[in-house]
Amino acid sequence: MPELPTNLKGFAHVYDRAHINTDEIIPARYLNVHEEAELAKYAMEDIDVDFVKRVKPGDFVIAGDNFGCGSSREHAIWALRGAGIKVIVAKSYSRIFFRNAINNGFLAIEADFCDNVKNGDEVELDLTAGKFRNLSSGKEASFVPVSDFARELIEDGGLLPHIQKKAAKAA
Amino acid sequence: MGMTITEKILAAHSGRDSVVPGEIVNAKLDLIVCHDVTTPPAVAMLKKLGINKVHDPKKILVTPDHFVPNKDIKSAELSKQLREWRIEQGIERYYEIGNHGICHAIAPEQGHVLPGQTIVCGDSHTTTMGALGTFSSGVGSTDLAAALATGELWFKVPESMLFELNGDLPFGVYSKDIILYVISKIGVDGARYRAMEYRGSGLKSLTMEARFTITNMAIEAGGKSGIMPADSIAEDYVKARTSESYTIYNSDEDANYSERFTINLNELEPIVALPDLPSNGRFIGEIKREKMDQVYIGSCTNGRIEDLRIAAQIFKGNKVADGTRAIVVPATTEVWKTAMKEGLLEIFADAGCVVSTATCGACLGGHMGVLGAEEKCLSTTNRNFVGRMGSPKSKVYLASPATAAATAITGTITDPREFLKKTAAAAA
Ligand code: SF4
Repeated sequence: MPELPTNLKGFAHVYDRAHINTDEIIPARYLNVHEEAELAKYAMEDIDVDFVKRVKPGDFVIAGDNFGCGSSREHAIWALRGAGIKVIVAKSYSRIFFRNAINNGFLAIEADFCDNVKNGDEVELDLTAGKFRNLSSGKEASFVPVSDFARELIEDGGLLPHIQKKAAKAA
Repeated sequence: MGMTITEKILAAHSGRDSVVPGEIVNAKLDLIVCHDVTTPPAVAMLKKLGINKVHDPKKILVTPDHFVPNKDIKSAELSKQLREWRIEQGIERYYEIGNHGICHAIAPEQGHVLPGQTIVCGDSHTTTMGALGTFSSGVGSTDLAAALATGELWFKVPESMLFELNGDLPFGVYSKDIILYVISKIGVDGARYRAMEYRGSGLKSLTMEARFTITNMAIEAGGKSGIMPADSIAEDYVKARTSESYTIYNSDEDANYSERFTINLNELEPIVALPDLPSNGRFIGEIKREKMDQVYIGSCTNGRIEDLRIAAQIFKGNKVADGTRAIVVPATTEVWKTAMKEGLLEIFADAGCVVSTATCGACLGGHMGVLGAEEKCLSTTNRNFVGRMGSPKSKVYLASPATAAATAITGTITDPREFLKKTAAAAA
């Protein structure tokens, strides 16, 4: 079973605002495709046109409350992941976005960190210690632990592999 | 401890006597609704995993709605994938262009939604169907794929919030005003992860069509679902459409609610939600009469026949203002046909409105009325987030169909009661 990574490092893209919605993360005008690489070209376009130019594989998005509210489009996760984002750290999430993240085996961490990080800072998610750190400033914060259920899905690689695994066990 | 309707439905569908909020259950699904944007990726995921058969084609309903009639080559491919897939899977409940409609409107209208059911769709406004006493929630494409493959899905049992509606709506005030009021009070995350349950004497005065508008926008408060007990009005609606049997669940007297609100309908007035959040609702008398470039009447929120009747009542004998465009989009083909038979389409056309076939269209900035930079639109849809209907520099104001029609005629945000009084006087 692939374990959850214990330690992830990357650079921060900070959106210090509540209610960043899926229309901003991936506008509906691009929903006529669902290929991750294609969607990635337009990630965050309506909130930050330069995001795709700056983002590098392994980077983090840091945001405020209710991140990913609005439509159920999983395209929002795919666009961010396709663009290279490895982890999202938001104060809280909309229900469907959070669910989509878990179902995709994608790390969406709940922590209030906007005030402790600025664009371009190097950050680290230490899952073993349960700490989120700003390596540039030395500040750190705890986060809401990943639930057992979510951990199981993430470790299985997402909901569909998880279901297949369960079905194989039952057979 | 008693249970809420939501808890009872989830317990019954996961083989349990009782459930409590926070528990994770695997619930059997009664209906899975599929549309052209989120279903093709779900189908692709299943194919990739070698899952070539859906669990039960009889429990699936398919209608293309978002970008139809196909707005461009890529969206034509999506509709095509959907069409081919439903043939390959032998899914009979399919609504092709010409019989189609916005999924959340067509599913109950055509008798596929029954009280006590569990329903998912790869779309956040799936909450709409809760008005018939069903647990109905929006999911992403991976969830949809899992639902299609296994016929069940995991849910965290939500806490319920209770909204008690008392009194009657005043003249010129509609169910859209109720829900915009609720969201303005609790905020766009005020119901996050929770079920929004409605009851009270005020509910009795609302038709099913009016009720769907309220449950439709549960997601605009972050809700997992919106739900109303199935009463005689709901039963009449269902029985007129299907002879299938169903189970009605009601919340126990001692059920647990995380919060309770009482709303006195008599005190409401027409509301407009200002850009860029659905929670920015203000009574119409408190806001500036801003000029609108466009008025949009339609969507799964307010594109049903009663909505069009109200709009037509105001448009009758009037013209859309110079400098403003008005677009009317019936939510389903059946609504379109009824509007035609009742002469509503003629009233709209005479007033200078464009009338489209059923589609999600410009509600999500797809087509049929997308906004340019700096343009303002008053819309009967459900979201006014940045860029929702087009350019990220455009602005969307949300209101009822009556307020929309009145606004189209004057070109500035207008209280519909000004016009309704005139029609009432003329009829007297
Ligand atoms: S009408 Fe608008 S809100 Fe309703 S399903 Fe279509 S895009 Fe979504």
